[in-house]
Amino acid sequence: MRKVAIIGVGQTPVGEHWDASIRMIAADAVHATLEDAGVKSVDALYVGNAYGASFSSQSQLGALIADYAGLGGVETFTTEAGDASGGAALRTGYLAVASGAVETALVLGVEKSTDTVSTAHVLARNVSLDADYEAVQGATLTALAALVMRRYMHEYGVELSAFENFSINAHANGGKSANAMYRNQIKPGAFARAPMISDPVSLFDSAPDADGAAAVILTTVERAADLVPHPVEIVASAAASDTLAIAERADLLDLRAVRTSIYKALQQAGLAQRDIDLFELHDAFTILSTLTLEAGGFAERGQGWKLAKDGQISLTGTLPLCTFGGLKSRGNPVGATGIYQAVEAALQLRGAAGANQVADARVAMIQSVGGFGSTAITHILSV
Amino acid sequence: MDTGKKQIELSERFQFAGTGEIYSYTTVQEAPEGYEDQAPYVMALVKLDEGVMITAQITDLDGDQLAIGDRVEMVTRKLTTEGERGVIVYGYKFRKTLPRQ
Repeated sequence: MRKVAIIGVGQTPVGEHWDASIRMIAADAVHATLEDAGVKSVDALYVGNAYGASFSSQSQLGALIADYAGLGGVETFTTEAGDASGGAALRTGYLAVASGAVETALVLGVEKSTDTVSTAHVLARNVSLDADYEAVQGATLTALAALVMRRYMHEYGVELSAFENFSINAHANGGKSANAMYRNQIKPGAFARAPMISDPVSLFDSAPDADGAAAVILTTVERAADLVPHPVEIVASAAASDTLAIAERADLLDLRAVRTSIYKALQQAGLAQRDIDLFELHDAFTILSTLTLEAGGFAERGQGWKLAKDGQISLTGTLPLCTFGGLKSRGNPVGATGIYQAVEAALQLRGAAGANQVADARVAMIQSVGGFGSTAITHILSV
Repeated sequence: MDTGKKQIELSERFQFAGTGEIYSYTTVQEAPEGYEDQAPYVMALVKLDEGVMITAQITDLDGDQLAIGDRVEMVTRKLTTEGERGVIVYGYKFRKTLPRQ
């Protein structure tokens, strides 16, 4: 396997882009990324997208976007793994370059969440749940998170307010980023009083779906050195899976796929948890952040929320999380989110994160999660 | 319905009693299309007495509070309707166990 590096990054602001279609925001990200890398063409375009068919009535995004963005004729297709589609596309690009099959790949994540709104949006999103056993019952991803969170609070005797610092931290970081969707700050105490979406998951707990497109260009480490001044190496890429239906898990509070993919990634890179300078985790819900830290070995079981409470997750903490706002404040452009994480981590490692910069960042972990931990794809980037 | 020989080899039919207890629960405020008429509705993880877990709605609460550990029993109810003239989908829900004589 060849070593793989990121030589270009690009993103559109995350938000509600009512005046643009999915191909338009995708092309914006493609062009920004080509410009950043200083290249005019690529050998392949891999698209991460989760709900193009159900939100935007559009599949076959690869060919559509390649044509619209001026890459017509290139090898291209979509990688889908629910909300982990971005991470899955990144792994597809990584494998293509590492294997020697492709020299230069552009990996794009894109979602146009606002193409479908209201109850139709909730239904369209539910295609990534277990249709026969959970979605048919009227479950939603938020409801599944709520079921896990209530059980967690019950088993460990944890109050709702214990989770608030994940959201406060996300908005503190997002408030400094021009690309974040919600740059408002969350005041201590407001979290536990916020309106419930699916109790105990509230409006201030759950990440908002959004529109967005982000991209990275991958090539070999060898070629990267000749092309750009600050290549970022992908030193690990690992994926694992768990049941779609949370009811089928032997241990509801153990995220098996999250754990397996993190430990596989650390092993590939020859690193330990303490070596990670920042972690862009999949903070769709505070309980998902909590359980990710526990499964990943960053905290003991039942203790994940304490990392947030003790302030260790801020930009100056021991394990900065969601440094550009995460899903909660930057927004969750679902299939694009895994690529936003890659772009943000690459900016941190280049020392180009501006007001969001983590000092001396050398190693970043990013993780893309589909369902409530059904698919987990972890990458480690390093300079 | 059994879908073929291989399926039969991998699994066997098992009749559950349809009783269990609440393992966790939530009230869904933002329902998907087809379920909005029922919202807000209560969903739960029910631990059946045989040991397996199932995700289902809790019905017939009539404003009653639910708690982890509450005893529940299975009932057959309408889950959703596929549009105004579409198929009505029936399935299992659970309710708090009624007192027996």
